[in-house]
Amino acid sequence: MMGEKRILISPGPHLWSGLSVSKIMYLVALALIFPSAAGVYFFGYHALSVIATSIATAVLTEYIAKRLRKRPFIMDWSAVVTGLLLALILPPMTPLWMVVIGSAFSIGIVKEAFGGLGHNIFNPALAGRAFMAACFPAEMTTWVLPMGFAADAVTCATPLNEGFVGPIDKLSLYRMLFMGNVGGSIGETSALLILVGGLLLLALGIINWRNPVAYIGTVALLTFALGQDFIFHILAGGLMLGAFFMATDYVTSPITNKGRIIFCVGAGILTVIIRLFGGMPEGVCFSILFMNAITPLIDRYVKVRPYGLKKAGEK
Amino acid sequence: MINKVHISLKRRGAPYGVKLTESKLTAASPIERAPLPEKVIIALHQNIGAPCKPLVKRGDKVLAGQKIGDSEKFVSVPVHATVSGEISSTTTLVHPATGQLVEALVLTSDGMDKWVDFEARDDIDMLSVEEILRRIREAGIVGLGGAAFPTHVKLSPPKDKKIDTVILNGCECEPYITSDHKVMLEYGKEVLSGLNIIRKVLSPDNVYIAIEDNKEDAIEHMRELLASMGLDGNYEMITLRSKYPMGAEKTLIKSILGREVPIGGLPLDVGVVVHNVSTAKAIHDAVFEGRPFVERVITITGAVEHPKNLLVRLGTPLRDLIQNCGGMDGEADEIILGGPMMGISQFDLDFPVIKGTNCVLVKKNVPINERDCISCGRCLEACPMHLMPTILVRYVKAGRYDACKEAYIDDCFECGACAYTCPANIPIVQYIKVAKSELIKRAAKK
Repeated sequence: MMGEKRILISPGPHLWSGLSVSKIMYLVALALIFPSAAGVYFFGYHALSVIATSIATAVLTEYIAKRLRKRPFIMDWSAVVTGLLLALILPPMTPLWMVVIGSAFSIGIVKEAFGGLGHNIFNPALAGRAFMAACFPAEMTTWVLPMGFAADAVTCATPLNEGFVGPIDKLSLYRMLFMGNVGGSIGETSALLILVGGLLLLALGIINWRNPVAYIGTVALLTFALGQDFIFHILAGGLMLGAFFMATDYVTSPITNKGRIIFCVGAGILTVIIRLFGGMPEGVCFSILFMNAITPLIDRYVKVRPYGLKKAGEK
Repeated sequence: MINKVHISLKRRGAPYGVKLTESKLTAASPIERAPLPEKVIIALHQNIGAPCKPLVKRGDKVLAGQKIGDSEKFVSVPVHATVSGEISSTTTLVHPATGQLVEALVLTSDGMDKWVDFEARDDIDMLSVEEILRRIREAGIVGLGGAAFPTHVKLSPPKDKKIDTVILNGCECEPYITSDHKVMLEYGKEVLSGLNIIRKVLSPDNVYIAIEDNKEDAIEHMRELLASMGLDGNYEMITLRSKYPMGAEKTLIKSILGREVPIGGLPLDVGVVVHNVSTAKAIHDAVFEGRPFVERVITITGAVEHPKNLLVRLGTPLRDLIQNCGGMDGEADEIILGGPMMGISQFDLDFPVIKGTNCVLVKKNVPINERDCISCGRCLEACPMHLMPTILVRYVKAGRYDACKEAYIDDCFECGACAYTCPANIPIVQYIKVAKSELIKRAAKK
C-alpha cells in the first residue's frame, strides 16, 4: 500500500547541478598537471619529490587540523590543490624538509586556523611561499638551470634577476620563456603549459576570464607604458601561473565581476611596481597577497545593481 | 506579419539564469481525463488575497460547479464544488505554498457528476468590461502559472496606469512540467480566445505570445491558429531561448521589452500585464461558457510508472493521481507539488491539488550536504533579480535580518537558480525564506 510508505520532505529547489566543491578542486588539480609536468621535465626528479612532498604534507596537515578542530575531514581535493600550487612556486632544489614546513604552514595556519576552506583570507599557497621566503631567504632564491633528469644541478639567475644572461635575439628569448626552458620556480617557467591548464579551466567554466585578462592586461599595458619589454614581462616569472591559478582563487578574491577586475588590476599594478622599483625581482606573490587582504573591503563596497533599482539620475 | 524573434536572458551582454536538463517526460503524452474522484477536498483559501467563507455546511448536497465559498474582499475569488455530492466534513490543511493553516471542505462524490447550469454567452462583443470581469471573478480564476493571484484584479489596473503591453506566457521554463504546453496544443483556440478577452479588457498597444524554443510544436500550432483565426496582425509570436527562469514575469518583461519592474513594484508599473496560457483558457471558459474553474491540466511525472498529463478536478487527493499513473516507483519517497525548482515537498498523500498546482513530481529524496561557501560567485551569475544570494545567506546565518532587507531580500521570488548552481550545496532559498518570514513577523510586531 502506498500510504504505508515513508514520505520525506526537503527544501527546494529539488534539482542540483552536481558541480560540487570537490569536483571543482579536482578539475583545478587536473589542470595543474600541465605546469607540473613541465616542472618535472625541466628540473627532474627533485622537482617531482618537492611536488609529492608538498601534496602529501598538505593533505596530512588538513587531516590533523580537522581532527584537532573536531570537524569531519572531507577529501575534497582542496588540500591537494594548495600543496601542488605551493610546490609549483618553489625553487626546484628546495630541501624537502623546508617543503614540509611550508606546506604545513599553508594548510595549518593560513587555511585551517582561519576556519578552513571558504574562510581563509589569504591564498594558502602564496602565504606559505611568503612564509618560506622569510624563513629561508637563501634557499628560496637559489635557482638552477633546467637540466631535465641530469644528475647535477647548476645554479643560475632567473630571467627577472639582474645577472640573467639570455639570448640576445628577442625571438629566441621569447620562445625560451614560452616553452619554459629557463631557470625559475618548478611550475612557473613554461607559459605554454600554464596556458593549456588555464584554458582548460576557462573552457570548463571553473575560472572567470576576467581575472587573467585583467591581471595580464594590466601588467602588459603598464610595462609597455613605462618603456619596458612587455612581452618579456608577461612570459617571465610567476605572472602566468598567478593570473590563471592564484588570482582566480574563489575564496580569496572578490565575488562580483567588477570586484574581480579591481582585484586583478590592483595586483597587476603592484606586480609592476615591485618588479621595476622594489627590492625583489618578482612581485606576483606579494601583490596577490596584498589584494587578498583588501578583498573583504572590495566585496563590501562593490555591489551588483539589483533588477529594478534605478540608477542614480535615472527617472 | 509574425516575426521569429530569439531572445535569451542577458544583462549587459552577460547571461544569467541557469540552463537546466528539461526532463519533460510527458511532452508527447496527450491530455487524459482523470477518473472522477470519490472525494475532493476544497481549500477555502487557494489564492493570494483574502480567504473565502463557506457558503454551505455539513450535510448539504451540492452540484458540480456550485459556488461553495466566497469572500466580500476585492482581492479574492470564490471556490466551487468540483464534483456533485455531499459536504461530508470540514477540515484544516497546511497550505502547500504558504505553510499557513487553511479551512477546507470535504466533498464526497455521489458519482453522478451533475452540474449546475452554465450561463453561456456567445455575444461577448456586447458584454461590458465590468461584466467580463464579474464573470472571471465568479468563475474563481487565479493565475495558473503557480502564483494564484486573482485574475480579475490583474485585469483591473488602477486608472492612472496605462497598460501598453500584454504578454501571454507560454514559457513553462521549469523542468518536467508540460501542462501549459499541452493546453496550447489541445486548447489553442480557447487560449487565443481568452487572450482576445484580455485584450478587450486592457486594450494594450502590443500583445506578445511568448513560448520557449523547446516547444516547437506549440509555437507552430499557435502560429497556424493565429493565421486561421485572422489574428496574426494583432499578436506577435516571440520565441525565447529555453533557460530558467525565463517564464518568471519580471525576467520575461526584461527579456522581451528591456524594461525592469521597479523594486517592490508590479508589472503594471511599467505598463505590462502577463497572463499564463492556462489562465487564458480558463478566462475563455468562464466568459463564453459561464463555466467555473473546477478542473485543470496537471502533469504527474517523475518516478511514477506512467507519467501523464491529467485533466483533474481540483481537490483530488495526490494519492488518487499517483495511483492513476501506476503508483510511485520503489525508490521514490518524496512528492513535490509544482516543478522541481519552485515546487514544495508535501508530507501527506491525502493532500488535494489546488488551483495553483500545475505539476505533481514524484522523486527520490536527495539529502542535502551543505558545506561552507567558497565565494565562487555562481549564485550571483544565476540570480535573475541580480541579488547577491550568498551574501544574503551570510546575513541570515548571522541573524542580521535588517541587513537582508537592505540587500533587497524581498525582491527574491525564490526561483532557486542560485541553490541549483551552488557547489557547496547550500539551501540558499531556504535561508532566504527563513529571513523573509522573520522579517514579516517583526513587521507585524511593530
